[in-house]
Amino acid sequence: MTETPASADLVLETRDLHMAFGGLVIFERMNFTLKRGERHAIIGPNGAGKTTFVSLVTGLLKPKSGAVMFEGRDVTRLSPQERVKAGMVRTFQINSLFRALNPLESVALALLEREGKAHLSLRHVAAEKELIGEAMELLHQFGLERDAYALTEALPYGKQRLLEIVLALALRPKLLLLDEPAAGLSTQQGHEVFARLAHLPDETTILFIEHDMNLVFSYADVVSVFAAGALVLSDTPENVRKSPRVREVYLGN
Amino acid sequence: MSAFDSPQNRAASGTGYFASLSRWNIFEILFWLALASLYFWPHADLVLMSQIFIWGLFAMSLDVLLGYRGIPSLGHAAFFGIGAYVAGYCGKFGWTEPISALVLAMLVAAGVGWLTGKLVQRVAGVALLMVTLGLNLILYDLVHRSTEITGGDDGLQGIVIDPVLGLFRFDIFGRTAFWYALIVTFVLFVATRAIIKSPFGLALTGARENPRRMIMLGAPVEGDVSRAFALAAALAGASGALLTQTTQFVAPSSLSFQRSADVLVILIIGGAGRLYGGFIGALIFLFLRDWLAAISPVYWYFWIGLLLVVVVSFFRKGILPTIEDVYTRWRGRRGASP
Amino acid sequence: MSAVLTVLFNGIAYGFLLFIMSVGLSVTLGMMNFVNLAQASFSMFGGYVMVMAMQWFGVPFLLTLPLVFLVIGVLSVVMERLVFRHFYNTDDLTQVLLTIGLVFMSIATATYFWGGTYQRIDMPPWLIGQREIFGLTLETYRIFLIVIGLAMALALILGLERTRFGAMVRACVDNRRVAGACGLNTGLIFALTFAVGGGLAGLGGALSANLLGLDPNFPLRYLVYLLIIVSVGGMGTISGTLIAGIALGVADVMGKYYFPQFGGFVIYVLTVLCMLWRPQGLMGRKA
Repeated sequence: MTETPASADLVLETRDLHMAFGGLVIFERMNFTLKRGERHAIIGPNGAGKTTFVSLVTGLLKPKSGAVMFEGRDVTRLSPQERVKAGMVRTFQINSLFRALNPLESVALALLEREGKAHLSLRHVAAEKELIGEAMELLHQFGLERDAYALTEALPYGKQRLLEIVLALALRPKLLLLDEPAAGLSTQQGHEVFARLAHLPDETTILFIEHDMNLVFSYADVVSVFAAGALVLSDTPENVRKSPRVREVYLGN
Repeated sequence: MSAFDSPQNRAASGTGYFASLSRWNIFEILFWLALASLYFWPHADLVLMSQIFIWGLFAMSLDVLLGYRGIPSLGHAAFFGIGAYVAGYCGKFGWTEPISALVLAMLVAAGVGWLTGKLVQRVAGVALLMVTLGLNLILYDLVHRSTEITGGDDGLQGIVIDPVLGLFRFDIFGRTAFWYALIVTFVLFVATRAIIKSPFGLALTGARENPRRMIMLGAPVEGDVSRAFALAAALAGASGALLTQTTQFVAPSSLSFQRSADVLVILIIGGAGRLYGGFIGALIFLFLRDWLAAISPVYWYFWIGLLLVVVVSFFRKGILPTIEDVYTRWRGRRGASP
Repeated sequence: MSAVLTVLFNGIAYGFLLFIMSVGLSVTLGMMNFVNLAQASFSMFGGYVMVMAMQWFGVPFLLTLPLVFLVIGVLSVVMERLVFRHFYNTDDLTQVLLTIGLVFMSIATATYFWGGTYQRIDMPPWLIGQREIFGLTLETYRIFLIVIGLAMALALILGLERTRFGAMVRACVDNRRVAGACGLNTGLIFALTFAVGGGLAGLGGALSANLLGLDPNFPLRYLVYLLIIVSVGGMGTISGTLIAGIALGVADVMGKYYFPQFGGFVIYVLTVLCMLWRPQGLMGRKA
């Protein structure tokens, strides 16, 4: 054993992460840890830096200083693509899909990229029978198999939201970061999405940003509260619910 | 029983969908048979026909970049010209066998294309248009001015091309040129079609639709730009080499900005993102040019300009996709199964 | 030494001309994100309006200039209302293709009305010949160009900085949607900006006819230069366009004088390098 049990258990850790846009400081020093298998929610008022945090972790933004550790490895200098290959996958708050492709093509593309099979060749997509089968199973799990051949941009919003998550899951993430997966969905649809996420195997660690407290307290086992660029509290849902400091953050006072 | 009720059926359904995308349909077969049959038309202008194949192939090469990857280029003639001059120098300095010279022209053009892709993969919008245009102008200027090496405006003289396969001599009626251009174009079309329907083609389309999402799928988006440029340049180089070999001549006009603009016009008229759009556009453009120039040699560009304005105003997707849409709607109204 | 200064002077005069022709394109690109290659055709038509006014109606040269500005300004508003405004939300390439189609049509139209040959232009006697300034023998017409160019640049910069309309234009360049949401009539501002930009392009064409020659291929000859100036200078900035225009003018004249064997090579290489280094242009802001 080269690693201590404590750190082996950590999927993600940020160390003194500092971020600013121009003169506007977003994070002074953000220290955050995430254990393997957690269903971890980030909550906090608008402007608390939640989406910025996800972008820093996934590499779409580069921190001014500090480090992002993924499975005990420093990934701060890795490109977004390299982090995806390492097993860190995100979804977007606003749907970010392939509008002119259909769901089957989109998911197949994700699988082909995961397997590194999208290089220049004369081999037809249909030759990848196993991957196509896997794509159809993923769509089936999320109830999208009947929409497999419909143009993505023609799908109803809720189904596009599901496809956003399917595309991320297709990469077999070790860490799945969901930026408001239920945004724009009805309460009913939001619960359906989270019920499906709850069935994912334990080796998939999930970090999600969510505003709907019902969803947060129903599905998270750890809740972190961000406010004004600082981690206020990280604890079980019950303790967070009871915490006077959290109430303070949300209600002003 | 449903196509979706078991994993086996679902997989079969999905595989069937992708297989259907690559199957040749009746229109495609008819299209190529029609092109071949042009040879047998009475009084067919075989030289014009060869030109149509060469322009069609050239426009298809731009389609790989613009239609599938969504990268516009105002300097695509640079790759055409590189192919044309490589084939020209081969013929001038003793490498007179046409097919190997064509392959060499493609390789050189592909190399330059790959480097171009590396250069431009971080720029977009107007800057990208300017860089591609600028590279084209630089190359034109170099070739145009290096009169000792390139013959300048007079072009390369003394190009010798052997008979194809040692059997078919290039004749003044353009018979060999017709078949040579058609067969080379067809072979390269089949290869390009396969690439476009391969996972790589899907990745290009994905990056056109949403590069940010492609990055978050871990895709090598920037490398794919270089590869797309290399592929497009190889095809453009082949069309340039075809022009040199079928006419035994090459001049700086083969890499002029005018040619870059014309090939864009051809592709947009025909419709981008369809592979066939370039060929339809070339048919329309060249026949129209031939006909209009015969009526009025001075003013024919007015009508080309008008055609361009009308196409981008009313058929934004180009003529071929518009026809496809109309056909699909017509089939739908008749209640035919898709 | 004086030869160098004279060449430099000629380049600057040429640069001011290029600036006047391209500034409208720069502002419309910055404001509406509209790539209007037909700007070069506006310049050509400006030249023809001047020639017609002088030859057919005997209008004095100086008076033709405001006339050209007015006529081409109206023409560009008409084009904006009829055609261009439908293309504000399309991609760069569609706009390039649309306006290059219009350029082709304008070339054929000019050939139809005025023939394919170069126009003869008779300048008034006071603009012909050379003058001694600071010990340099300079062409009178180029001095005139620099004076006009300076006046135009100053008027534009002050107009944009100091007037109410200028403030509205700047607001639209900054952020079109926000400007619209704040109650500015963006449609009207666009049309007026097009009028001024087009009018200036026409004026540039009229002023250049004597120096660069006027024939139906004028737009194709100068199109690339306009594009280079606008993209290198940075879209939507007047000072950037001025700097890029003068730099290109000087580089072009000096290059042709001292290194005729290189031709446009140096300019194209510099343009490509500049675009790779700063895709938003020298004075442009990051998108």
